[in-house]
Amino acid sequence: MKIGVITFPGSLDDHDAMRAIRVAGGDAVSLWHGDADLHGVDAVVVPGGFSYGDYLRCGAIARFAPVMDRLIPAAQGGLPVLGICNGFQVLCESHLLPGALTPRTDQRFYCNDQVLKVESTSTAWTSAYDEGAEITVVHKNGEGRFVADEHTLDELEGEGRVVFRYVGGNPNGSYRDIAGVTNERGNVVGLMPHPEHCVEEGYGPSLDGLAFFTSVLTAAAGV
Amino acid sequence: MSDDQATMTTVLDTVDVAQTSPDAEQPWQELGLKQDEYKRIREILERRPTSAELAMYSVMWSEHCSYKSSKVHLRRFGDLPQETPRGKQLAGIGENAGVIDIGQGWAVTFKIESHNHPSYIEPYQGAATGVGGIVRDIMAMGARPIAIMDPLRFGRIDHPDTARVLPGIVAGVGGYGNCLGLPNIGGELVFDECYQGNPLVNALCVGSLRHEDLHLANASGVGNKIVLFGAKTGGDGIGGVSVLASETFDADGPTKRPAVQVGDPFAEKVLIECCLDLYHAGVVEGIQDLGGAGLSCATSELASAGDGGMSIELDRVPLRDSSLRAEEILMSESQERMMAVVAPAQLDAFLEITEKWDVEATVLGEVTDGEHLVITWHGETIVDVPPRSVAHDGPVYQRPMERPAYLEELQADSTARLDRPASDEELRAQLLQVLGSPNVCDKSWVTDQYDRYVRGNTAQAMPADAGIVRVDEESGLGVALATDCNGRFAKLDPYAGAQLALAEAYRNVATTGAQPLAVSDCLNFGSPEDPGVMWQFSQSVDGLTDACRELGIPVTGGNVSFYNQTGDTAIHPTPVIAVLGVLDDVSRHASSGWQQTGEPVYLLGEARDELDGSQWSAVVHQHLGGTPPQVDLRAEKGLAEALREAVAGGAISSAHDVSDGGLGVALAESAMAHDIGAVINLPGAAFVDLFSESTGRVVVTVPDGEGSSLEAACVRYDVPFAKIGVTGGDSLVITDRFEVPIADLRETHQATLPLALDGR
Repeated sequence: MKIGVITFPGSLDDHDAMRAIRVAGGDAVSLWHGDADLHGVDAVVVPGGFSYGDYLRCGAIARFAPVMDRLIPAAQGGLPVLGICNGFQVLCESHLLPGALTPRTDQRFYCNDQVLKVESTSTAWTSAYDEGAEITVVHKNGEGRFVADEHTLDELEGEGRVVFRYVGGNPNGSYRDIAGVTNERGNVVGLMPHPEHCVEEGYGPSLDGLAFFTSVLTAAAGV
Repeated sequence: MSDDQATMTTVLDTVDVAQTSPDAEQPWQELGLKQDEYKRIREILERRPTSAELAMYSVMWSEHCSYKSSKVHLRRFGDLPQETPRGKQLAGIGENAGVIDIGQGWAVTFKIESHNHPSYIEPYQGAATGVGGIVRDIMAMGARPIAIMDPLRFGRIDHPDTARVLPGIVAGVGGYGNCLGLPNIGGELVFDECYQGNPLVNALCVGSLRHEDLHLANASGVGNKIVLFGAKTGGDGIGGVSVLASETFDADGPTKRPAVQVGDPFAEKVLIECCLDLYHAGVVEGIQDLGGAGLSCATSELASAGDGGMSIELDRVPLRDSSLRAEEILMSESQERMMAVVAPAQLDAFLEITEKWDVEATVLGEVTDGEHLVITWHGETIVDVPPRSVAHDGPVYQRPMERPAYLEELQADSTARLDRPASDEELRAQLLQVLGSPNVCDKSWVTDQYDRYVRGNTAQAMPADAGIVRVDEESGLGVALATDCNGRFAKLDPYAGAQLALAEAYRNVATTGAQPLAVSDCLNFGSPEDPGVMWQFSQSVDGLTDACRELGIPVTGGNVSFYNQTGDTAIHPTPVIAVLGVLDDVSRHASSGWQQTGEPVYLLGEARDELDGSQWSAVVHQHLGGTPPQVDLRAEKGLAEALREAVAGGAISSAHDVSDGGLGVALAESAMAHDIGAVINLPGAAFVDLFSESTGRVVVTVPDGEGSSLEAACVRYDVPFAKIGVTGGDSLVITDRFEVPIADLRETHQATLPLALDGR
């Protein structure tokens, strides 16, 4: 099972995402931003970092990378795609996911071990979790405040598309404590926290991130 | 401006012009040179320097680049045995950073540097570019940077200028490091009014490499190309090293903002990946980063370390600002630039890789068979110098030194006259007072602004005693690092102060179970023109050298920052010491908090009545006087050996160094880490036991049934030990004295920084 990880200039957690895929038992394939080819992968992770420095709105430039020209239609066609942190921002900028990520309320970068509640297990990336489970995952960003208009928020809630919610304190001022969302089909998931940092004993606060990658291996096997 | 200077800006000051106008007036003084230094330049060149040459000499002969006041002292580090406990260094002092063999074909390189003055002027950019600069030093050795640390020192926490500089400095360290994708695994945060107006921003970077990837900075091989790559050159940071780092701030001097560089961490991240690709492709003969003194430094250092001369066409340098003059291009400290020496046959492959990363690369010139560094500007020669005379033959000063007169009185004023707590209630109150004081309190207001997880190799980060990162994902081989300095101790006795800093960093590394291997130092002092400061400096170098010899670890590199003073008032001598240790498998390390209930708590080492310079004396009595705690390096070494053996053998479940604030603080921190308390029976007098800052002590817990192995290790290495209690409960109980619920400890510990910095 091949899972691609895109590297943009300024991607930082691509290395970690590749490791997480390997730990889960998948084959990690490096995808280059300038190469308009998904190389036949069964799923794609858009990793964290500061693509192109994020001096403009986060993810706004990465969205136009050649590889995105292939990724966007593939995702619309059902390819499992996970956007983590900057990757979530890129997916929102690409309109694969609704809403936007804005600067945290205190305007500072904040890194902590964050408890999340798993609100939906019916996505390609969360099927291995128990619904309602609380997991501890690394959270680190300066612009991770999820915002959307009331209508969109109601729709997301109504359709069960809020995948993760912050528990025990909202670390960035996200509306309705939303940490992650999915598209209508459930194949595209984006979240600010970093499951790829939580897959190895002794590195990171837990092993709670591993199920993202085992979920998608199961989902991809079923496609 | 004189007429001659005005002329120089319009007519190109070539070597020919210089030869025919020997008496032209030159702005050597404005560039920070002394009269005799200017005279020497004329002697070396046997003519007056051109304005471009003058610019190069002035930045390279500045205190910051030439170490002219410190060189005679720093040579003593070179007399130390250059082997680490794991064998000889692969590169030592004099390279961009020392490189140490850690086994299994792996090496690490680390270095600590200061960016104090720029950070005072422009906190965010000063701190950001401080991180950027040290990271490029590590890259220049052929290594992948793997972690950073940031020892920071500020004036009083409640001073308005601290409120001005601190948030910007922290945001700058974070903004740059986070965007670069390097975990920040530790550092220090110290407040003391001696740093008012002279905050210290030190930054450490560690990198890893395979032995065969080692690269050195030299330009050899006639015909090899000199390639400048990375960011374009702009007008930022011009004269930064001479203007900022080598001069004392006048309280009412003019603003010097334009001399601070502006950082672009994205450009540096791309540069890191690009350099690693270049190294792996084998297309780099020699490499040098561009930091202080920019192109002046890179060209002269590469050429003087090589086997020939060098020719450079300066007009080929890509510019952000086309109006820059040749002198400014030579002095510019624009960030995120590197210079490589590339064989002609490899040039295409080199440029293919830089193109892949969208990194601009320009061939500026080549290695020549002459002995001179020749720089042209649109075909005319504006620099023609022996490169060594610029890079290495700068002035060397034997500055006058004198033991400060105030020291006698200061040392006589010990804490013996201070009131000690009269009741258990007072003892408890003072423990909480120290625990919540700015230098002991919880630092997460700062450290939460740093990414400590990126790259997924961080096994431990702040607030642990030492940061730990994995180097080899297969075997788990990795390194532990700590930086420490107690400037109060160094003020009381700079010789002992440097040794105490080393002992603490060494001990912090040892608490993880790592084997300490090597030292890097960032020596922050006042003005070298003050004989008292120079004496402090010399004493600290002596202390450090003697201690390294005793501990059997070399100084592999570092940095000196002088002129940290405002008016006549110098900072405390602040020799920040970084110690690097190795762990064969980082998953087998000890961390500092209590994790299990019902485990015996041991205190290794012994407390003496040593309160001079302590946090207790500072917090409770606002006092500094007397003599610092005794240094016993033999004991530190034995303690480290015992810890290493016990951790490796599974006889230790947690270990926490006893330092700032004493045992009481160490116990409270151990309890707060995982919300597990303890019942403690102090072995001696409660006040001394809780607040003394005697060295060579560590609090450890022991898994069930392992007590005898720990005790055996202690006996073997002659380490005094006492079983002082057992973990459990939700309070820290000091038997027969007092108890404090962990919740109260935490509230006190956590409240200070948010209240001071956010007002809540």
